[in-house]
Amino acid sequence: MKLIECKNITKVYKNEVETWALRGVSFSIDEGEFVAIIGPSGSGKSTLMHILGCLDTPTSGQYFLEGREVSKLSEDELAEIRKKKVGFVFQMYNLLPRATVFRNVELPLIYEGLPKKEREERVKAALRASAFPEEFWFHLSNQLSGGMQQRVAIARALVNNPKLILADEPTGNLDSKTGDTVLKTLIDLNKRGHTLIIVTHELYVAQYARRIIALRDGQIIEDAPRERAKSLKLIKE
Amino acid sequence: MKIIDLINEAIFAISANKIRSGLTILGIVIGIASVIAMISIGQGAKSEIVHSIQSLGSNVLTVMPGGARMGAVFMGRGTAQILKEDDVKILKTIEGVVDVVPIVQRTLQIVAPNGNNTRTSIIGATPEVFAVREISIEKGSIFNEEQVRNISKVAVLGKNIANDLFGEENPVGKTIRISGINFKVIGVAAPKGGVMGMVADDLVFVPFTTMQKVLAKSEYLNLILIKGEKKELLPQIQQQAILLLAEKHRVDPQNPDFTIISQEDILSTLTQVTTIFTIFLGAVASISLIVGGIGIMNMMLTSVTERTREIGLRKAIGAKNREILAQILTESVLLTFLGGAVGIFFGWLISLGISKFAQISTQVSLFSILLAFGVCTAIGVFFGWWPAQKAAKLSPIEALRYE
Repeated sequence: MKLIECKNITKVYKNEVETWALRGVSFSIDEGEFVAIIGPSGSGKSTLMHILGCLDTPTSGQYFLEGREVSKLSEDELAEIRKKKVGFVFQMYNLLPRATVFRNVELPLIYEGLPKKEREERVKAALRASAFPEEFWFHLSNQLSGGMQQRVAIARALVNNPKLILADEPTGNLDSKTGDTVLKTLIDLNKRGHTLIIVTHELYVAQYARRIIALRDGQIIEDAPRERAKSLKLIKE
Repeated sequence: MKIIDLINEAIFAISANKIRSGLTILGIVIGIASVIAMISIGQGAKSEIVHSIQSLGSNVLTVMPGGARMGAVFMGRGTAQILKEDDVKILKTIEGVVDVVPIVQRTLQIVAPNGNNTRTSIIGATPEVFAVREISIEKGSIFNEEQVRNISKVAVLGKNIANDLFGEENPVGKTIRISGINFKVIGVAAPKGGVMGMVADDLVFVPFTTMQKVLAKSEYLNLILIKGEKKELLPQIQQQAILLLAEKHRVDPQNPDFTIISQEDILSTLTQVTTIFTIFLGAVASISLIVGGIGIMNMMLTSVTERTREIGLRKAIGAKNREILAQILTESVLLTFLGGAVGIFFGWLISLGISKFAQISTQVSLFSILLAFGVCTAIGVFFGWWPAQKAAKLSPIEALRYE
């Protein structure tokens, strides 16, 4: 069974003008894969990521996550899936600024209703998995550098053992050196078996992935292993 | 999400900006403090009144001259020439009646030998008045039947009068001048307290006949007190009394030229008045609670807007709409609850202060405290509802993009 199967996904926004963000996108992703979704702005890659992460539902088409169709679920059911199956890493980190690192990583577990002791164990495990230095575990997150914050976000994405880690321009706010460290953390996680999908427009990020899905104007123009991906050459540095 | 974690999240959010939270609940604090203080004044007044009325003696009916009207509670209501001693005789024949006391009352000047003087109500009555009004004697004695027969010029002073005229001295045996006439003080009443007309502490008692013939020079009575054997008999005694007196006065019993009221009547009218008074005070104070609630709503709205991205994030990691709703509501209720607790404390302090310094009695009841907490919780839920709904309805994608 594939982890993700998308069949003809479309997304239309009906404002004053009808906007087609996705015009029939189909693909599947296995567990353990490392995929980069690339494309210029407006290509629909963020929309696709939102749908994959169950933050949004497609206008038409089917999305099977672990064999279950999630395209028409209620808000509560989607939230449940996000809680259990998906871990997000955002460009802007989105941490609680006045909370400690520990508390930030703990947040998803609070919504899972886990008791305090168990939460502590899992948080520690997640922080270690993202190689986050222990001496900073109880610092306030807004006192940390961008790279550190992103690694906290990664630990948070991990803490509920998701099937899928979705990263939206994870290095977008970071300088290249820090970005490297963050990427290495993500790659490391993928090496340990976590399925990783990164949405990016940066070449050096996309290069690390093993598979490239390129979008343009809401459609897939290429879906190929990295070595053979011609669209990589089309991305400007 | 566990409840304890929900409360923790709410506490964390509120303490993020302690000054702002503190200022916001100020409205609630002031509102609750004033409500508690106002109600305590009302309750205090009520219990003082109840106490006073009850201390006027139990199972007593009062006959007053003048037609019936509800709430006719004030004494000395007419030196109207309606009630006479013959009425007293008739009333004594009613079954179940223990005592009937005629009262003639005038406000007169009293002067003590040392020059102290005062102006107060002088009550002329038979000796039974002390038993009927449950007044006990501290010094000396009350007057007796013989002194009544002899029209003796003797007086029993209420405690305050004794203090005003004689200070620390024992007044018994001394002479005072009432309306220019010499009277011998034969007793001082024990302090009783009370707020109404017949406050024994401020009165002077003289024999009925002396009052009639020497001081007032009138045969007409201001009041007749009827003491019944038991409470249950009072209604029928009252009925009988109306019929008998109406017959004697040759008036229609439905529309007599006198009024008979019981303690019950007075009590219920007065407690009705004080209850309305208390409710009114409380309502005025509640206006500030509404203002406080609006302040809470305003702060919660601002807080939700400020945390738009955070709320988007919470939803992205799996928080359900109702969990977000619950968190915002909990913050709101925690704030109002805290405001209520502080307000109750200050309200209590204020009522203490009032009773100490303004000599107005106050009473903070458990009921008003529970009411205050209940109201606070309701305010928290009511005024937090809209901000909570706004938060719960945020779309995670849009919220995450919010600048």
